[in-house]
Amino acid sequence: MPDRLSVRKTYKLYIGGAFPRSESGRSYPVTDSKGRFLANASHASRKDARDAVVAARKAFPGWSGRTAYNRAQILYRIAEMLEGRRDQFIDELRQAGASKGAAGTEVDAAVDRWVWYAGWADKLAAVTGAANPVSGPFFNFSTPEPTGVVAVVAPDSPLLGLVSVLAPVIVSGNTTVVIASEPAPLPSITLAEVLATSDLPGGVVNLLTGHRTEIAPWLAAHMDVNALDLAGALPEHVRELEDKAAGNLKRVLRPTGDDWAGEPGTARMTAFLETKTVWHPVGV
Amino acid sequence: MSTETLNGAAELRAFLHGLPGVDRVGVEERAARLAGRSVKASAKAEAIDLAISMVDLTTLEGADTAGKVRALCAKAAHPDPSDASVPKVAAVCVYPDMVEVAVRALSGTGVGVASVATAFPSGRAPMEVKLADTRAAVAAGASEIDMVIDRGAFLSGDYAKVHEEITAVKDACGPAHLKVILETGELATYDNVRRASWLAMRAGADFIKTSTGKVSPAATLPVTLVMLEAVRDYRAAAGRQVGVKPAGGIRTTKDAIKYLVLVNETAGPDWLTPDWFRLGASSVLNDLLMQRRKLATGVYSGPDYFTLD
Repeated sequence: MPDRLSVRKTYKLYIGGAFPRSESGRSYPVTDSKGRFLANASHASRKDARDAVVAARKAFPGWSGRTAYNRAQILYRIAEMLEGRRDQFIDELRQAGASKGAAGTEVDAAVDRWVWYAGWADKLAAVTGAANPVSGPFFNFSTPEPTGVVAVVAPDSPLLGLVSVLAPVIVSGNTTVVIASEPAPLPSITLAEVLATSDLPGGVVNLLTGHRTEIAPWLAAHMDVNALDLAGALPEHVRELEDKAAGNLKRVLRPTGDDWAGEPGTARMTAFLETKTVWHPVGV
Repeated sequence: MSTETLNGAAELRAFLHGLPGVDRVGVEERAARLAGRSVKASAKAEAIDLAISMVDLTTLEGADTAGKVRALCAKAAHPDPSDASVPKVAAVCVYPDMVEVAVRALSGTGVGVASVATAFPSGRAPMEVKLADTRAAVAAGASEIDMVIDRGAFLSGDYAKVHEEITAVKDACGPAHLKVILETGELATYDNVRRASWLAMRAGADFIKTSTGKVSPAATLPVTLVMLEAVRDYRAAAGRQVGVKPAGGIRTTKDAIKYLVLVNETAGPDWLTPDWFRLGASSVLNDLLMQRRKLATGVYSGPDYFTLD
């Protein structure tokens, strides 16, 4: 019996819960660590970025309006779905250059990271909010609220790094447009397939592949984006992107040099929160 | 009915059924082909300004208030208050009881006031009521009347009744322009759209309009293409130019530009002015303004920077 023909996978963008090709029709070849051809990935244009922002804005009221408990369940569900595709991710990470052992460790760490952030969803308000003392017959509360649409330039660690920047953005109710790692985008798109099958509403996470230097300035300058995470921006571009982000006073998180394998901490979550303070008279 | 009217009705029916049929596949293909055209840079900037000047800014909700109408009028006269180079829209379209409010708010701006009438959107009312509705709107100062045809009569083949109604409403309009809404979403076939267009034009319509916006599907490119062919052919046959207004379902700049391409390629550049082509919509205006600002500043804008309506 002849060998079965291989079924090649087409890697596309993830926008508004669907997997479209780039509006521009462009793609670029992705190679493994030894330079051998792996697949063609979509090469997103600025119009794809614009569409992604529209999708993220549309998804924002629904996602931020869910209870923290419900968001936690969905993040936990993502961890479950990722665990179920463990072998596939190990294969893709090995093609991107990781050893078998390191790839397994990274997938496990990524699953654990989702679980860790899922646990934070309903604790954020208690930890970062406050009941403030005031000299009058009032209560005064500060509560954290999501910032809005967050554009993320993902780091080149295509799975653990991506999860480490993505989870803290969406756990608090933000929606996001992510530019995936440029040299190794394939595990990121496969992660989008995990997100698409995890009860995460379409549009909460939008994932673009292509050239960071081409798309990131459009997102940084976009007036309907509220915050910018520069985790994976090249050092020589950070200044330019920060300048553009000043147009509508975006919150900007500069590259922090994180070790993605290390303990995450809460800084990335709190970077994309707004604090709302309200007064209540006592006894009413 | 006298013999003369009977003869007139028979002639009208024979004429409408003698119109050539519409090739459904062909018209859809042609519309899709024209919609694929790419309009960029300076041509796009001109198209956006032209589209803004053709918009009939519309609010037709049961919940309309005088305040909302005034807000809409302010937006019609100055779509983008921060940029004086943005053209004003063609008209504001409201229910008859809001005409007075709109006329007062728009006096001196050059923006027209259009009013729907004749028991919009269903058209199910006695003739006297429809005429009274029309006269009230004209008396309140409306410069344009958007009437609906009796789709029931049209679909049951009573073309003479539809013709009579349009003629009577046209009389009641006096100096105001008459736009006749065909409600193509209820006419079922392109052949019917072509017949209804000719019927309305023969009865004296100044504009033919696709839809009320209350029925889905509203305006589509193929339907508008059929209507544009009708006005082109009617001018060739009768020597009178009639305008076209697609309404409903036009939400993005891309949509609006597709319609402009369609007008230019079908009826011709004579129709590419607010006097002969209108876009009935309200949400499209914000998208046009956002695209305009993108062209001006080089940065994508967002809905936060334009008024809600």
